[in-house]
Amino acid sequence: MNLHEYQAKYWLKHYGVPVPNSIVASTPEEAVEAAKKLGGSRWVVKAQVHAGGRGKAGGVKLLNSLDDVRDFTKQILGTRLVTYQTDERGQPVNQVLVEEPSQIARELYLGAVVDRTSQRIVFMASTEGGVDIEKVAHETPEKILKVVVNPMVGLQPFQCRQLFFGLNLPIETLRTFTDLMMGLYQFFTKQDLSLLEINPLVLTADNQLFCLDGKINIDDNALYRQPDVREMRDSTQEDERETRAQQWELNYIALEGNIGCMVNGAGLAMATMDLIKLNGGQPANFLDVGGGATKERVTEAFKIIVSDPDVKAILVNIFGGIVRCDLIAEGIMKAVEEVGLNIPVVVRLEGNNAELGAQKLQSSGLNIIAAPGFAEAAARVVSLVK
Amino acid sequence: MSILVNKDTKVICQGFTGKQGTLHSEQCAAYGTQMVGGVTPGKGGTQHLGLPVFDSVHDAVQATGADASVIFVPAPFCKDSILEAVDAGIRLVICITEGIPVQDMLAVKAYLQRRPETRLIGPNCPGVITPGECKIGIMPGHIHLPGRVGIVSRSGTLTYEAVNQTTALGFGQSTCVGIGGDPIPGTSFIDVLGMFERDPKTEAIVMVGEIGGSAEEEAAAFIKQFVKKPVISYIAGVTAPAGKRMGHAGAIISGGKGTAADKFAALQDAGVHVVRSPAEIGKAVAEATGWA
Repeated sequence: MNLHEYQAKYWLKHYGVPVPNSIVASTPEEAVEAAKKLGGSRWVVKAQVHAGGRGKAGGVKLLNSLDDVRDFTKQILGTRLVTYQTDERGQPVNQVLVEEPSQIARELYLGAVVDRTSQRIVFMASTEGGVDIEKVAHETPEKILKVVVNPMVGLQPFQCRQLFFGLNLPIETLRTFTDLMMGLYQFFTKQDLSLLEINPLVLTADNQLFCLDGKINIDDNALYRQPDVREMRDSTQEDERETRAQQWELNYIALEGNIGCMVNGAGLAMATMDLIKLNGGQPANFLDVGGGATKERVTEAFKIIVSDPDVKAILVNIFGGIVRCDLIAEGIMKAVEEVGLNIPVVVRLEGNNAELGAQKLQSSGLNIIAAPGFAEAAARVVSLVK
Repeated sequence: MSILVNKDTKVICQGFTGKQGTLHSEQCAAYGTQMVGGVTPGKGGTQHLGLPVFDSVHDAVQATGADASVIFVPAPFCKDSILEAVDAGIRLVICITEGIPVQDMLAVKAYLQRRPETRLIGPNCPGVITPGECKIGIMPGHIHLPGRVGIVSRSGTLTYEAVNQTTALGFGQSTCVGIGGDPIPGTSFIDVLGMFERDPKTEAIVMVGEIGGSAEEEAAAFIKQFVKKPVISYIAGVTAPAGKRMGHAGAIISGGKGTAADKFAALQDAGVHVVRSPAEIGKAVAEATGWA
């Protein structure tokens, strides 16, 4: 689960990490009120979406009057912001963050992730903060400094100093930087983050450090024990069908093609998409129905798949495990009837009683084609949409 | 011979009296696995499925001599259950449960580093099976055939696919290990590849990977240096689109690794027989080994 910048800054502040003063607004009037409350004569107004690259996409503006704050907010609210990190539809802008501007002397990068290779939380920092950090990582990896945290003892001050001296910060900021990093580590571990990124971390002309932006990703598996974070979920930033699927514990991702897929297991679901493409077709979605391919879940999965108007045929690929395939077949038949599907469904069932399951499907009188194998099923469904 | 488990492996189940624990303990016992008991705190001293129930893994080990444990407890309690099994001296801990918080796994892995005698398989995995001898997990036993292919996979149902194809061609499997799809797995491809290379019963190895992370690239480097047996590999997700993302930290840490193309290239460079179609894993085994 992702957080908006304004939510990230709420947490940063909570953990004692310095952020510029800012107020979130949902209307142009609120934005003007926020600017008045912050005082001063210049404000940064930032569109709140779950994506990076907002500045380049025109979602962040430095404004010099309350009228400009009102106009820009009015212009951007209700639109969809397309950045290089979003799809072509972009993400809806429902709020802006009004923030006091910072006197930037230097822009740094500071991030932390759960690193799969070291199986540790790794902090990364670079003097080359700002928008092109990925290029820096790719072309000059030596400019990315890293420290690896041992979970038994947690982040240590010497590791903060390691990054501090590597970043060549003024010595007056040593204490602030160490406290800042320790705060980030507390945030990361206490709220079950999987990714945290401060880009840029700014050093001001008067030697202050501020987190100017914060990108936060929370481990979905840990949301059960993070009620305060869970309440910050903004489902408008997520695909509507993906959200609906989640409620049924279905793992659904919308794609561009016209062949709907329903598969048990994420690996087999990806493999099914691969095989459709190898046959010259285009999958319309990724959908993992999980272990219990019950009638209820299959019904809901069909509903979600056909809510995509591009879908012309559906491929169901179930490797039955220890659940009998004839029972799965009955569930599929009932689901097809209940949803009233009027497009062909190719079903491949494997496992216990697979043949009995296929017979039932074939003689159902419904628009269901039982395919004898994985390869045949993919070829068949592709031929149906051609 | 086989790896990890055989007919002498004595298995307990943690979360024994729960729905999943009950169902799969029954299935494993029916397959011939030596299920010797289970653990459900508070139900010690009772019987379940005709087997003794214990309050703790320590009690279970003492009474039964169990050397393997399969875990079905809900995700919030898995860290505790895994550590309890390790602490009780269980040699092989297999965690089937999915959805464990990643930071729980960081703690588990740090703890395991000091307990090299214990191996954790999973979490979020189908388990381990040596066909005809011992099944610990949720895989359908009947699709397996005792034989000569070692299978290691990050995905559950895709493992069954590889099993099914190697059974259909009559090659069978020495041992199948589902290492699980989580970012922080207890056991890596490399661990299992090393075991298969040393196992005389394994003549060829099928490795089923997925996009994401760099486990396949690391496995490729290991194969290039240490594995002489033929390796056949399929990577799921070649056609999966890059998802929406936030920030750069993931890309920075991976240094651009992790796409299916990277993984295929690394594997091919290591002399691995790479399969593009998930329906042709069995056929590729035949081609790589010359088996009819």
